[in-house]
Amino acid sequence: MSLYDLLIAPFADYAFMQRALVGNIALSASAASIGVFLVIRRMSLMGDAMAHAILPGAAAGYLIAGFSLFAMTLGGLLAGLLVAISSGLVARATPLREDASLASFYLISLSIGVLIVSLEGSNVDLLHLLFGSVLAINQDALVLMASVASVTLVVLALVLRPLVAECLDPGFLHHAGGSGRFVHFAFLCLVVLNFVAGFHALGTLMAVGMMVLAPSAARFWSESLGAQIALSVLFAVTSSIIGLVISWHAAVPSGPAITLTLGIIYAISVLGGPFGGILTGLIRRPHLQS
Amino acid sequence: MTPANAITLKDLTLGYRRHPAVHHLSGTFQAGSLTAIVGPNGAGKTTLLKGIVGALKPLSGQITFCGVKRRDIAYLPQQQELERSFPIQVADLVAMGLWRKLGPFRAVTGENLARVHEAIAAVGLSGFGARAIGTLSGGQLQRALFARLLLQDAPVVLLDEPFAAIDARTTADLLNIVHRWHGEKRIIIAVLHDMELVRAHFPESLMLARGPIGWGKSAEVLRPENFLKARAMCEAWHDDDAVCAAENAPEAARA
Repeated sequence: MSLYDLLIAPFADYAFMQRALVGNIALSASAASIGVFLVIRRMSLMGDAMAHAILPGAAAGYLIAGFSLFAMTLGGLLAGLLVAISSGLVARATPLREDASLASFYLISLSIGVLIVSLEGSNVDLLHLLFGSVLAINQDALVLMASVASVTLVVLALVLRPLVAECLDPGFLHHAGGSGRFVHFAFLCLVVLNFVAGFHALGTLMAVGMMVLAPSAARFWSESLGAQIALSVLFAVTSSIIGLVISWHAAVPSGPAITLTLGIIYAISVLGGPFGGILTGLIRRPHLQS
Repeated sequence: MTPANAITLKDLTLGYRRHPAVHHLSGTFQAGSLTAIVGPNGAGKTTLLKGIVGALKPLSGQITFCGVKRRDIAYLPQQQELERSFPIQVADLVAMGLWRKLGPFRAVTGENLARVHEAIAAVGLSGFGARAIGTLSGGQLQRALFARLLLQDAPVVLLDEPFAAIDARTTADLLNIVHRWHGEKRIIIAVLHDMELVRAHFPESLMLARGPIGWGKSAEVLRPENFLKARAMCEAWHDDDAVCAAENAPEAARA
């Protein structure tokens, strides 16, 4: 098998693979960028919870309108935003911490979703929502993913300074008159948007992988925020390409293939990354003068 | 800044769950005053600063601002919420002090960038601008936070134990900045525990032990009998404490 057959042919010959590639690259750019902040804010597991919170909304959309991109996206978006905003409000208005309030709300959301599905007596293919399928990326889904990626990057650029201030020193931003609350909610909305865009291609659970694994790996290669974001996106794009190629040749689902590729990059980073990598720490190099 | 700047406390009581932590405090922080707040742990020193910045609503009494607004306060809290593992450089941290001026969008360039570097140099951190904040020592971080305060250029500066766990040389450098602000007629209030330092550098003192023990010239406030009084303060409170008599009085008069 030539290199062309291995790497280029799947994309050159099949339109759905091209759509999957473009969609995943778009998603890599946005999800891996906001993931950097998610990881810094110690909210990595929040991504997982949000993924579950979106599921019932998408399932409800499916039950009402069938396999409609619009209905499922809208349902997922509504469920996700509702959970994100209500848990954020409870966390800020009461002594309950963000993690506990988010866990409470996503469990409620998930229960409602399961209840709706069972009441309707229908057999929604929840596995598709959880793990995604490249075949699901039609023209509409591609437009959705590209739009979400564009919106995410523009909003991220606009709120970057307050978001950095909020993550770095929330007390300072508050006293200096910035609205940390607004920034926090804007950030949560971006996270939800990316999950909703991601579940078509990767599935909600795998979209979390892009948002958590890529930035976690990037953290081991640089101490600068800009470089971490760039590396995170680079890792996500690379994994998308490799994952799709593997999924094509080995006939395995694309979501796990992409996420596992990211997992390998993550493992290499944890072991050999120059900033805090395990093996790097074992090598004793002569210390400097000052 | 007009010379009329002042922060006036009028029979101010601050506290948590109706239990007073600062009790019936009245007085004025004048423009150009450099005041040390002293007193034992649990005396309400931090609570008073929180009340002044507006993080805590008064249980009773008032804080009035004359010539300055609450938003003009630069506040350096004692317990830093700072996320030290955040991948950001010292210059970016210091530049946050320009928030009021630049808001969320305007770039830090030209004159403003020069001010950032001036501030870094002023606190003795020249050459540290590109260092990640996670690599700073405690004293270096405190210098960086003072640089940020410099850029905030606020008419009112509140410092909560700014020199705790800071060595003599760094303390001396940072005190120079405090004196510079003092010369610029700002209102400066600092919570401190080092009485020698207060006597040497702070013309005025407010001794708190929940209620005020003394407020005035440091030499007069920091007297042995005042320390004895402050030490006698009872820290414990009970859920079934009676309502403060001074609170009761106006209600009784109404009835």
